[in-house]
Amino acid sequence: MKRGLDLVIVGGGPAGLTAYIYAARARLRTLLVEKFSPGGQILNTDRVENYPGFPEGISGAELMERFLAQARNLGLEPLLDEATGLTQDGDLYLVHLGSGETLVSPTVIVATGAGPRRLGVPGERELTGKGVSYCATCDGPFFRDEVVAVVGGGNTAVQESVFLTRFARKVYLIHRRDQLRATRILQERAFANPKIEFVWNSVVTEILGEDRVQGVRIKNVKTDEERVLEVGGVFIFIGIQPHTEWLEGVLALDEGGFIITDAEMRTSLPGVFAAGDVRAKSCRQIVTAVGDGATAAYMAELYLLERKA
Amino acid sequence: MAVCQVTDQNFEQEVLKSELPVLVDFWAAWCGPCRAIAPVIEELAEEYQGKLKVCKLNVDENPVTPGRYGIRAIPTLIFFKNGQPVESITGAVAKSTIEAVISKVLAA
Repeated sequence: MKRGLDLVIVGGGPAGLTAYIYAARARLRTLLVEKFSPGGQILNTDRVENYPGFPEGISGAELMERFLAQARNLGLEPLLDEATGLTQDGDLYLVHLGSGETLVSPTVIVATGAGPRRLGVPGERELTGKGVSYCATCDGPFFRDEVVAVVGGGNTAVQESVFLTRFARKVYLIHRRDQLRATRILQERAFANPKIEFVWNSVVTEILGEDRVQGVRIKNVKTDEERVLEVGGVFIFIGIQPHTEWLEGVLALDEGGFIITDAEMRTSLPGVFAAGDVRAKSCRQIVTAVGDGATAAYMAELYLLERKA
Repeated sequence: MAVCQVTDQNFEQEVLKSELPVLVDFWAAWCGPCRAIAPVIEELAEEYQGKLKVCKLNVDENPVTPGRYGIRAIPTLIFFKNGQPVESITGAVAKSTIEAVISKVLAA
């Protein structure tokens, strides 16, 4: 049991690191727990172009290095562990960790973020790492001069399709609707790219291949017509799934598993706050995660003051 | 023992001919999840010292070995025993998941 803390932050992405910066400056005794090296999903992003202050854009990894350096200047020493449960003891919270350790604190900020959502079709799980990927910056270079498919129509799908044309000779962008959801500037780039072929109104029903991806079976949702596209890789960007398995039955979650909060990041438990992509909200961006993190840390500080009073 | 760096040139000597079972982390500098699990790999190298050899192979600088093992994603962790790949893990996973596979490999 580790006691004597004011605040435990679970997760070291943009929201968690920002919360740490604010909490440390408020001189709260703060411990940040992170399963991996801090950084979060942004580490997978080749280029961040919508975070203010970087007019030329910046790589996701470099932006996170800067967040981390700022947090380290304020004493950050992240604990490399995984939160597996949250329970209450009086007005204190116990954060249970994968190593068996337990952290005791009156306030907790949940900033565990999210990971890629799976398609849930035959072949997907079996062929993950063998042509099925959720990270274009990681795996794109293995598909030099091949034909690949991207599934999705949002910002990530469209941005990564353009990125993949650096390696692949052709990219099919498979989307279940007849128009993209991605922001306009990204759409314009994709439409202008001769290597991208759009496959509209279509869903993937199966990923084909024995020990490596050889194709995808797709179905037109308007005509029910099925056909097979021969591809060596399938990159899936159909949204995200929050990392909240460890909070089921503990905090109020929405139907997608995201944590429900008010505008001040308060969850259904007093003293527990949520920030970033893990929270139920409509705009999931680095810049909104950062705002959430600052608000959550400030609210934790106020909560601690009121608790002492 | 620190994490050893292996290359196409010394892969046979360092990994395939190793007395101990070997965990090889195939990674690259441009891969976010590879960076993310790097500290986990370092901790494992410390904790399993004397039982498991832990190595990293940069796929950018060493294209031959990843091709031989059909690697299409990184990070990929492959466990070698007596020169043969016996288990593999793709993507960044929790330390406990890697440890479960290590126990299996060491017990077999």
